Amino acid sequence: MKYLNEFRDGELAQKLAAEIKHLTTRHWAIMEVCGGQTHSIIRNGIDQLLPPEIELIHGPGCPVCVTPLEMIDKALAIAALPNVIFCSFGDMLRVPGSSKDLFTIKSEGGDVRIVYSPLDAVKIARENPDKQVVFFGIGFETTAPANGMAVFVAKQQGLKNFSMLISHVLVPPAIQAIMTSPTNRVQAFLAAGHVCSVMGYWQYPPLADQFQVPIVVTGFEPLDVLEGIRRTVKQLEAGEAFVDNAYPRAVTIEGNKPAQKLLGEVFEVSDRAWRGIGVIPQSGWRLSQAYGDFDAESRFDVSGIRTQESSLCRSGEVLQGTLKPNQCPAFGKQCTPRTPLGATMVSSEGACAAYFNYGRFEEAG
Amino acid sequence: MKNLDFENWSCPLPLRNSPNIVIGHGGGGKLSAELVEHIFVPAFKNDLLDNLGDSTILPMPAGRLAFSTDSYVVQPLFFPGGNIGELAIHGTVNDLAMSGATPLYLSAGFILEEGLPMNVLGAIADSMGAAARAAGVQVVTGDTKVVDRGHGDGVFINTSGIGVIPAGVHIAPNRAQVGDVVIVSGSIGDHGMAIMSVREGLEFDTQIRSDTAPLNGLVATMLAAAQAAGDVGSIHVLRDPTRGGVASSLNEIAAKSQVGIMIHERALPINPEVQAACDILGMDPIYVANEGKLLAIVSKAAAEAVLAAMRAHPTGQHAAIIGQVTDQHIGRLVAKTAIGGTRVIPMQIGEQLPRIC
Repeated sequence: MKYLNEFRDGELAQKLAAEIKHLTTRHWAIMEVCGGQTHSIIRNGIDQLLPPEIELIHGPGCPVCVTPLEMIDKALAIAALPNVIFCSFGDMLRVPGSSKDLFTIKSEGGDVRIVYSPLDAVKIARENPDKQVVFFGIGFETTAPANGMAVFVAKQQGLKNFSMLISHVLVPPAIQAIMTSPTNRVQAFLAAGHVCSVMGYWQYPPLADQFQVPIVVTGFEPLDVLEGIRRTVKQLEAGEAFVDNAYPRAVTIEGNKPAQKLLGEVFEVSDRAWRGIGVIPQSGWRLSQAYGDFDAESRFDVSGIRTQESSLCRSGEVLQGTLKPNQCPAFGKQCTPRTPLGATMVSSEGACAAYFNYGRFEEAG
Repeated sequence: MKNLDFENWSCPLPLRNSPNIVIGHGGGGKLSAELVEHIFVPAFKNDLLDNLGDSTILPMPAGRLAFSTDSYVVQPLFFPGGNIGELAIHGTVNDLAMSGATPLYLSAGFILEEGLPMNVLGAIADSMGAAARAAGVQVVTGDTKVVDRGHGDGVFINTSGIGVIPAGVHIAPNRAQVGDVVIVSGSIGDHGMAIMSVREGLEFDTQIRSDTAPLNGLVATMLAAAQAAGDVGSIHVLRDPTRGGVASSLNEIAAKSQVGIMIHERALPINPEVQAACDILGMDPIYVANEGKLLAIVSKAAAEAVLAAMRAHPTGQHAAIIGQVTDQHIGRLVAKTAIGGTRVIPMQIGEQLPRIC
């Protein structure tokens, strides 16, 4: 396929890996921010091609993983209501709340549906005027334009039976939080290509300057990831720290302007809790005042729900890159994709699930 | 009580020519008999069925029997490349063929939902008949029940089948041996993605079509080639990778045979549209269902002859060697990735879920 198979070429991958090895003179810890990149690294065995000095730290960029347990419990409470059609992306259905998941709610009679676009949920709302249709709007800047568009369209069409349960988070504040953490080990970032295709990368130079950390906008196919790593190592070895774009076929510095305009209208920046990490100031989006009527949290009055995480689960450390999934005592024992304790084991983009599914049982190193 | 007029009253006879299935079609009375007479008998036409007794008496050739059953609940009932009826014939024929059996007789049980249009049932039965004739099997007994509207999904079909295993053929999931070669009969993931793209309204330049097809002809060709190469027993395992795809079938074989299986991702035949659909939905074609493909584990000595015979058969044109059986990583399926890394391919837990982004 055009623009895809070209980026999965085995020989070129070996060549890039050899170049990285040639460049590398010492240990470097590089964080890939996005869960899609983690998935690609483990699925393709990219890390196995790298010299042992290059350590990849898996970042907090899996939208399923960072959605707080409390938010899942709110989703479960709403989905169980008799007059509600609850719509979600597929991989949220298996994420456990404190006692159930959405699959269980469905088996108990809740109307839970997998959709591929939030606009499908708007359509369902139009077709079922006597039901309340709720979409679980989670994700980073990547999914935000489609979610924003759904709310925008619902308002334009005057739909009174559509709302969105929102847990939207943003990448730059997460990078800031990681760099200011006292336990931080990250020396460079592979920025998430698809986030940047929406937002551009104009937000990143101040971060690169402030923390003297190389940030390389990187794609998802094996050659994209390897090229991102190559450019990162080049900067690290040269003692440089700037923002570089290794994914120019999808990303420009200014990003998708119409999408940003829509986001600015529908959402406003707010504090957000990240599962396993805690509240990061100004790190997410909520609906702006003009669209506040579409907020499912206030429509269904679930704001009282408070939930504690499992004490065994150390996904917070995994998400911050201070613990490898297979170093967690519960990994593969109490915690498996079938009996997940934390969201990092649930989503296929989650670092723990990626390690488990691709057989990384042995302790790294 | 004025104006009552009993002059024109008549006994309401049951409506016989209903355009839809009604509860009475499953009642065992006249309506049921008419359904059998007008829809099923013409569709499945054969001497054994014509007796319409409570059971059918079958002549059986000597040898070991293979017996299998499967139920079909696919939505939509008609999809690009096939329909639930063809699937119900192919599925059971293929299950029999995977033990090396020559499929002979099938049963067909229908659970119909009240309100199902008669012409839909007719089309399904007709294509079942055509699929059975093409596969060289006879539908020799059947049953129909009707459930209330809202308690079914149009049509559910169960088929069971009987076949005879030729002498010298010993095919079973626990017979893979170290050094054997893994062959797939063609492109993977077509059926699952055809269904998925219809259900989810995904559109591509070329429509993805289900690969539903009978595999008994291909298996017969393979057995003949193995025989000609010196040993009909050199085909050790056959599986049709339906639900759970190639990944689940090979994992089961690795576990049952207590061997490791190594495959090469680059060798997997995958249609570009299927790969594209999988990439969009965040799915892996190796877990996606097939309905007209088989995996064969064959001794190294016979592999080339069997592969050549497969490629000469219409359902095996794109057959390829995709891996080997090894004494490493016992019980596990491992893939060499396209870029030269390795990954373990585990059994999946439930359904593959589309990823968020």
